[in-house]
Amino acid sequence: MLDVLVIGGGVVGCAVARELSRWRLRVALCEKGADVCVGTTKANSAIVHAGHSAKPGSLMAEYNVRGNELYEQLCADLDVPFRRNGSLTLCLAAEDRPKLDELYADGMANGVPDMRIIGHDEVLRMEPNVNPEVVAALHTPTGGIVCPYELTVALAENAAMNGVEFHCEAAVEGLTSIVGGGWIVHTRKGDFRTRTVVNAAGLYADVINNMVSTTLLRITPRRGEYWMVDKAYEGAFTATLFQLPSAMGKGILVTPTVDGTILIGPTADDIDDKDDLSTTLPGLEQVLKVASQTWPGLPRRSMITSFAGLRAHLPSHDFVVGEAPGAPGFYNAAGIESPGLTAAPAIAEALCRQIVAVLKPAARADFQSKRPPVRRFRKMSDDERAAAIALDPAFGRMVCRCEMVTEAEVRDAIRRPVGARSVDGVKRRTRAGMGRCQGGFCMPRVLAILSEELGVSPLAVTKDGGASTILTARLDGVKEQSK
Amino acid sequence: MTALTTICDVLVIGGGPAGMAAALAARASGCQDVLILERESELGGILRQCIHTGFGLHIFKEELTGPEYAARYVERVKEAGIAYQCDTMVISLSAERVATCVSPSHGLQRIEARAVVLAMGCRERPRGAIGIPGTRCAGILSAGTAQRFVNLEGLMPGKQVVIVGSGDIGLIMARRMTFSGAKVEAVVELMPYSSGLKRNVVQCLHDYDIPLLLSHTVTAIRGKERVTGVTVNQVDANLRPIPGTERDFACDTLLLSVGLIPENELSRAAGLELDPMTTGPVVDERLECSVPGIFACGNVLHVHDLVDNVSMEAERAGQQAATHAAAKRGGTTGTGDNAGGNCARIAVRDGAGVRGLVPRRVSAEALRQGALILSFRPDRVYRNAVLLVEADGVVVNRLRKRVVVPGEMVELTIKPEFFLETFPKQELSVRVEAEDGRIGAKA
Repeated sequence: MLDVLVIGGGVVGCAVARELSRWRLRVALCEKGADVCVGTTKANSAIVHAGHSAKPGSLMAEYNVRGNELYEQLCADLDVPFRRNGSLTLCLAAEDRPKLDELYADGMANGVPDMRIIGHDEVLRMEPNVNPEVVAALHTPTGGIVCPYELTVALAENAAMNGVEFHCEAAVEGLTSIVGGGWIVHTRKGDFRTRTVVNAAGLYADVINNMVSTTLLRITPRRGEYWMVDKAYEGAFTATLFQLPSAMGKGILVTPTVDGTILIGPTADDIDDKDDLSTTLPGLEQVLKVASQTWPGLPRRSMITSFAGLRAHLPSHDFVVGEAPGAPGFYNAAGIESPGLTAAPAIAEALCRQIVAVLKPAARADFQSKRPPVRRFRKMSDDERAAAIALDPAFGRMVCRCEMVTEAEVRDAIRRPVGARSVDGVKRRTRAGMGRCQGGFCMPRVLAILSEELGVSPLAVTKDGGASTILTARLDGVKEQSK
Repeated sequence: MTALTTICDVLVIGGGPAGMAAALAARASGCQDVLILERESELGGILRQCIHTGFGLHIFKEELTGPEYAARYVERVKEAGIAYQCDTMVISLSAERVATCVSPSHGLQRIEARAVVLAMGCRERPRGAIGIPGTRCAGILSAGTAQRFVNLEGLMPGKQVVIVGSGDIGLIMARRMTFSGAKVEAVVELMPYSSGLKRNVVQCLHDYDIPLLLSHTVTAIRGKERVTGVTVNQVDANLRPIPGTERDFACDTLLLSVGLIPENELSRAAGLELDPMTTGPVVDERLECSVPGIFACGNVLHVHDLVDNVSMEAERAGQQAATHAAAKRGGTTGTGDNAGGNCARIAVRDGAGVRGLVPRRVSAEALRQGALILSFRPDRVYRNAVLLVEADGVVVNRLRKRVVVPGEMVELTIKPEFFLETFPKQELSVRVEAEDGRIGAKA
């Protein structure tokens, strides 16, 4: 019998699993997809929000500000790139100026530190590429940027190191309560008997909740479309640039990423299909149009990719965190839309505290808070590179030229705990395929390494699990190559 | 652990057709110390996967496959005893011509060269660059990646195919996929003309009854795990999709052949001035870049139509690199214009209808002393074209061509007698007009 089964391998589920692994508990995580980090977590703005745009008194506000505080240590422990680059919320029209004061007041109420409203000249001194018509801006120095997939993978790895079991392709199909306490969770990978359940199922958290709780939830997928700008523009901005928020969200932002590219987006469109990650012509056009109000020099010809993500939106527009009504031992983390990435460590902390209060486990003396550092060739000095190749020649074979990822790193990403099982899994862990050629060069190489490491035919290697195979057949007369 | 820096006369980065021809020419010009660095496990570059014929008509006067064409050069490289190192990727290049490279067997090396020839070729534009909306499922790949799978690894990337873009690789892959048992539903081209060679349109599409949809674009990609279909729309004169012209194609694969871009990471790293039109480095008539002693040729300079032209251009770069290296070795750094890279020269400007003239700068001496080859691509199809050569804005010569098309590079030879002693002082430009009086779109 498990103590806790976490449903969902996004940033919240993995953060909860890792937090629980500090305690003497039997914890497992089941994920519908073929890898962790394949839902809402993989496609969002990658921002660690300061906390001024959440409604005072909401759970969003509370967990945002607390999550932000936790990020520094968490990312240091897990060897995940994180930068407190600060954010600016731009006021581009004089009549909107009072809205900055409202944001400032909300930020004060939420406990956001060190905020300042700054004028036109100071904004342009800080960010010379911003629209010169800017009137003023709210500067929030605690805002940051992080890589959501590196963080989630790192949380999962670290949780696995500390004993959490991971089960992918294990979609939950039903829950049965056990008389006298506990749950049987029926999944595609079999049944799990567990004392408690954490529902961190993202877009599907309503479906899971509604299987057991007397309070029904209804999540609407709210689509956001994005463009990624080539890292040739690295340095164009230091801070994350928001425009004033609207009813649909924080609007279209322009932000550097920790990897040197610039991300612009998202749109906000409520749709019906929780799996529809398609981009649209009007959506992509809108992103360019609105973002160019922030960045008039936006280089339309230097986009390397576009993508869409789905936010798990609840009508209440607040997080639902805690034990679900009518379902003892079943804990929700539902409606986790922006600032969900920021809030994830705080939600994990809160849920873990509640579960520990009930299960009363002992702390694990051997908990390892750090994961072994990932050796990234692109970040090494030449001397470190020479030394790395001398020890492992696979560091001398370049697999992804755009992002400078070597064969050694790809193999490591597959071999680590909760390792990559698909081309996109390798991409999320190493950045191979994230660069300006978008996998044209590295994809066949990554596919070959996966085939070798996993001991499967190249025809069985997938882009991202399930039926997403890349190759369909061998040419007639071509024999199966011996390994 | 610190890497030692070795020194060589001419360092050639890239062992494809450009690199091999440049190295051979450098050797033929008397340079004994030439080194080729190649990132793949053997020489040959992209030719290794181009198993179709059509290579070598100009240089060998016969029709060869890509691997055959490459093999002839590999043979020559070996016969000439030119040093080459495969599985080696150059990861940075400084303006002082120090290349840093890595390989599994040699580790990290630093090589300081008296002259460098850039011959890294080009890469394909990805989907993101053209922003086709839709899902990002499996089954979407560039035509060159598909070509590698099929021709080098014997693996098929799909059964039912739509190809976006009628560049040469797209056309060749339409035929290749058909040969290999796949059904190619259509080749979709945004422009009103193919961007590939005429012979490829005929031999790869017409001969196999594959529809070429000109002035069309893909407006949606469907499929969650793997592509299940695409929507294609006709476009208007501004290249915008026309509502109501949607056509759905079922397919499991979408191949992209939407343009090639010079591999300019190292060119950027070395601080070379880049040309916004070709996106390759700016060079003078000796193919020298804005940093002295760095030369460029082949597709890293500008994307060519025929490999024969790549080889011929690369020979010029190799000779010049050898000359530069010999001068450096002899202690001179060149004279006059040679002293400071290609900076103090007459500018070559694209006039109306002309895109990406190479070279971008020429010396007064080059114009006076002999034939100078300029190349470019027109911005559209021109029938009964007139190419007007201008010196400081004054037309000095008119050259007629029956037809010029964007899919084929136009070469034109500028001779001293064109100028009747009115040599340009600041600027040489070329524009194109069709005899029907339609002039080129503003460049």
